[in-house]
Amino acid sequence: MQTSNRPVSVRDLSVAYHRKPVLRDVQFDAPEGKLIGIVGPNGAGKSTLIKAIMNLLPLTGGEVQIYGKPYKEQRALVGYVPQRESVDWDFPTSALDVVLMGRYGKLGWFRKPKAADREYAMDCLDKVGMADFAKRQISQLSGGQQQRVFLARSLAQDARIYFMDEPFVGVDAATEKAIIRILNELKTQKKTVLVVHHDLQTVREYFDWLLMLNMRQIAFGPTSEVFTTDNLQKTYGGRLTVLPDLPEPVAETR
Amino acid sequence: MSMGLTIIITGALVAASCGFLGCFLILRRMAMLGDAISHAVLPGIVIAFLMSGSRDSLPMLLGAAALGLLCTFFIQSLRSQGVQSDAAISVTFTALFAIGVILVSLYTRQVDLDLDCVLYGEIAYVPWDTLYLFGNNIGPKAIWGVGTAFILSFLVVGLFFKEFKIVSFDPQMAAALGIPVLLIHYLLMGLVSITTVASFESVGAILVVAMLTVPSATAYLLTDRLETMLAISVGVGILSSLFGYWLSLIFNASIAGSMTVAAGIFFILAFLFSPLHGVVTRWLIRRKMRAATDQP
Ligand SMILES: Nc1ncnc2c1ncn2[C@@H]1O[C@H](COP(=O)(O)OP(=O)(O)OP(=O)(O)O)[C@@H](O)[C@H]1O
Ligand SMILES: [Mg+2]
Repeated sequence: MQTSNRPVSVRDLSVAYHRKPVLRDVQFDAPEGKLIGIVGPNGAGKSTLIKAIMNLLPLTGGEVQIYGKPYKEQRALVGYVPQRESVDWDFPTSALDVVLMGRYGKLGWFRKPKAADREYAMDCLDKVGMADFAKRQISQLSGGQQQRVFLARSLAQDARIYFMDEPFVGVDAATEKAIIRILNELKTQKKTVLVVHHDLQTVREYFDWLLMLNMRQIAFGPTSEVFTTDNLQKTYGGRLTVLPDLPEPVAETR
Repeated sequence: MSMGLTIIITGALVAASCGFLGCFLILRRMAMLGDAISHAVLPGIVIAFLMSGSRDSLPMLLGAAALGLLCTFFIQSLRSQGVQSDAAISVTFTALFAIGVILVSLYTRQVDLDLDCVLYGEIAYVPWDTLYLFGNNIGPKAIWGVGTAFILSFLVVGLFFKEFKIVSFDPQMAAALGIPVLLIHYLLMGLVSITTVASFESVGAILVVAMLTVPSATAYLLTDRLETMLAISVGVGILSSLFGYWLSLIFNASIAGSMTVAAGIFFILAFLFSPLHGVVTRWLIRRKMRAATDQP
């Protein structure tokens, strides 16, 4: 199999914070043009995995490639939606300004965002239904609106692979559907989207592929194959008291 | 140039360049780093003085700037090894300051270095300490020093504005985009060191801290845009210098102290009456709304 066709290829990845291992034995090849869910309990290492892939944390072992090359050479191909709590929303800046930051990678040193970048950012805000809030200071947005601004910023990166850390936290049902529509649109453009997700009820509906994680990789594959009671038990241990309704074919598998 | 004008311009330049950089410090919740740097440079000044044997500004400036950077480097290293941020800052700067105090107490009798002048500055002497180039009097040394620091900060922040902005707001995103976050961090700290040191002669080490935080904290209350915040911060700094000089004439008090008090007064005014976040403004709005809803 040609590795360079693989948007994300992770080999033997392990990560530790201050010698405390938090992730090990992670190994998968993400297929192109798919919506890929990442599920696991709190502290499973989902955010850590994304940060490690994006070179924001040092690896203690293993290797990551983005379309066959190290992340450093492929930055322009990767878009990122961090967890919303990772920034200070009291920062004196507007929604449009935050989205414009998604263009910084394309600009390079000494270049200021131009009118074209502004238009692009405005289009991205429009896509997430936030055009009316472009001039708003970001602390005056609701949690769900802030989440959509972050999504718009990643769209402004115009990437081929997207990593999204819990983009559905704090958004209402209608917004969630709107975001899923955007993600599916990205999929039709052959873009690959990896999404950390907590709501097991919607996993089957939203994602083509699934990575199940709990400090190590439990399963990776098409959702229909890996989203089984067995794997869920392994991922969540005894902590999962209510299993999501699994449709017939999966419930039957062994 | 008249004496008063020289003092006002020097004060304004100090306040403006400190206020300019201070915006990024308070947004990154590192306001205390200004404090740390301003103390930590003391051993640098003393060592430079002992080595060069003169009270010439340049060696002292270099010595102090080196220690300022060393201080931020120590803090960053401690922090990345898991020491809490505020603890890392205070351990580093108190240790360095103490070394400076010991050096001064060991050598101060042999040499003539006025510690009071380093710590509290004396802006009133600024007009007499002039610089000569090819035998021509080219004006007060302090204005040249602080002016250079201001222009340098202005150029660097201007050139790297979007990098400074994104590193302050979302360092992880900045790193993901390939912006050298640590380099930008040291660039800011380097500018803070240079500005602090350049401001010593006029306002002294301790009052630099006030100038690094008060005008920018005032600006933060008055706007929701970073660009505007920088402009307001510089403006408040300049006004503080003017108003402070006037206060010092009226009360016949320390000029640098009066300028800082003036900056404090502007902060309190913004705190109470800012159209966005002012305490009194919000109270007035609430009262108006209540009156409106009470009416049938
Ligand atoms: N900066 C850090 N220093 C030390 N340990 C950390 C750090 N960040 C995370 N950890 C630890 O690493 C483990 C994985 O954390 P991570 O944030 O990746 O979990 P997660 O799967 O994203 O959880 P959540 O669902 O709560 O977001 C946790 O046990 C956490 O305590
Ligand atoms: Mg997480």
